[in-house]
Amino acid sequence: MHLEFERDIMEIQAQIDKLLDLASRKGIDVSNEVVVLQGKLRELKSQTYDNLSPIEQVQVARHPKRPYTLDYVERAFTDWIELHGDRSFRDDGAMVGGWARLRGRTVMIVGQQKGRNMKENLSRNFGMPHPEGYRKALRLMQQAEKFGRPVITFIDTIGAYPGIGAEERGIGQAIAFNLREMSRLRVPIVSAVLGEGMSGGALGIGVTDRILMLEHSIYSVISPEGCAAILWRSAEHREKAATALRLTAKDLFEQGVCDEIVPEPEGGAHTDWDLAAANVGDALDRVLGELSALSVDKLLEGRWAKYEAIGAWREA
Amino acid sequence: MAWFRKDKKPLQAQDKRDLPADVFEKCQGCGEILYRERIAQNLNVCPTCGHHLRISADAYLSILIDGGTFVEHDANLRAADPLGFIDLKPYPDRLSAAEAKGKTEALRSGTGRLDGIEVVIGVMDFAFIGGSMGSVVGEKIARAAHVSLERRIPLIIVSASGGARMQEGIYSLMQMAKTSTVLARLHEAGVPFVSVLTHPTTGGVTASFSMLGDVNLAEPEALIGFAGPRVIEETIKQELPKGFQRAEFLLDHGMVDRVVDRRELKQTIALLLRHQFAGWTD
Repeated sequence: MHLEFERDIMEIQAQIDKLLDLASRKGIDVSNEVVVLQGKLRELKSQTYDNLSPIEQVQVARHPKRPYTLDYVERAFTDWIELHGDRSFRDDGAMVGGWARLRGRTVMIVGQQKGRNMKENLSRNFGMPHPEGYRKALRLMQQAEKFGRPVITFIDTIGAYPGIGAEERGIGQAIAFNLREMSRLRVPIVSAVLGEGMSGGALGIGVTDRILMLEHSIYSVISPEGCAAILWRSAEHREKAATALRLTAKDLFEQGVCDEIVPEPEGGAHTDWDLAAANVGDALDRVLGELSALSVDKLLEGRWAKYEAIGAWREA
Repeated sequence: MAWFRKDKKPLQAQDKRDLPADVFEKCQGCGEILYRERIAQNLNVCPTCGHHLRISADAYLSILIDGGTFVEHDANLRAADPLGFIDLKPYPDRLSAAEAKGKTEALRSGTGRLDGIEVVIGVMDFAFIGGSMGSVVGEKIARAAHVSLERRIPLIIVSASGGARMQEGIYSLMQMAKTSTVLARLHEAGVPFVSVLTHPTTGGVTASFSMLGDVNLAEPEALIGFAGPRVIEETIKQELPKGFQRAEFLLDHGMVDRVVDRRELKQTIALLLRHQFAGWTD
């Protein structure tokens, strides 16, 4: 499984694999050829991945082999114990949460969770939470507050689920309430956008002291498809919408919304999950260290000031 | 002898009397053709079926705020174009087209008295780019909430919105966080916030300040939801039940406190504010 612009990369990789296979079977020394090809591969990867167009960034952010929340939990954290349920309706598999340790520090993790296949997506709902997902997330964040532990949220969703049950149970209210309560949570709280952070469904766990974004992740008010359907009257214009929305990590950093870009392995997080997780762990560890040094009052003042400052207007 | 001769001119089809186009209006609820002035006197509620016609921010201000007490704040704030956004039209063109209709943004805010009670009020206007929330709407709400906080007077916001303003990209999404953040502070300070949801209130506005009232009031039949009905229909591939996402549906599902007829809105809010905060003078 690979993306259109990854084809040349895959071809060189296949050549290397073939040579190595040949070498092991026939005992020929191919090290010179392999070194040359590996150099070429590195160059091509960096050339490709440093120059992705916005719609290609969207494709990488949604890459079917990209690591999801629990893949990071498994690699960057220890002592994970998952907790379930919102205490009023049901457990939402599209939102996971629980305690874990990051290099000795206990944290509460909440995050959207996509399924890897159809079977998983029966419970994960493609990472599109219902209201009970947001309520579960808030319950766990408030549990962390009770015990003075910091919170990490992992954002990776195409949006909250647009369905009858979601509206009946107040998806708007659930997200709104999270925004308000997260803004006054009396412990450090950090979010990392892993893949795609789309619309209010992403923001519903995204009001935090620091917003980190993986190098090839995206964060937007609406998906490029949704935007194109409304403003261009056809989802086919998603490429134009992806460009106009300025939704890449670099864009968000320039707009002052993203605080830090977490580097991905060359060729994207999907090529090396361990390295991607290590980078995320490093960044979170450092940021939590900084935030833990602040008093609760300072922390909240900083959070309020951060969100109150966002916007662009002029005076007539 | 032509005494019977007709000396009057025969009747001629006259030019139609000049009627301005807006003398009559067809009610969207019952289809009745109504005399516009009569609807206006009835606060734009159909006298026949009670259907609430959409009205402007100015109309809400005159319905809710005691005459001569409204002082507008931040009327000089205008949208910028931080992304240089161009879809079928450049964003600045959409803004100037909307401004040409005599409005400056999708929300007006200020202070005034509501049945004698000093309040801060913000009213959205669907006629300005679908009542969409961009940076100006967010900033005006934030400033209005700060006036509420500093003067310890209630905040009222009347919503009507298609959601976040896509042309401002991530800034518009973050206005949800911005408005909810200031409301958290109002909440902690014990200052009332009454949210009035009118037709339609959807998207990012529903998923932020408009659902955060100490009391949420909705106008009859107002469409209120997070996802638009068309998006839901396309996702679940089935027809939506009748009355889905209407004010009465939200009342049934516990999302709003009351469905209030526009003609009783002012007195309802006044009663609530007296119970919560302002008290009675007698």
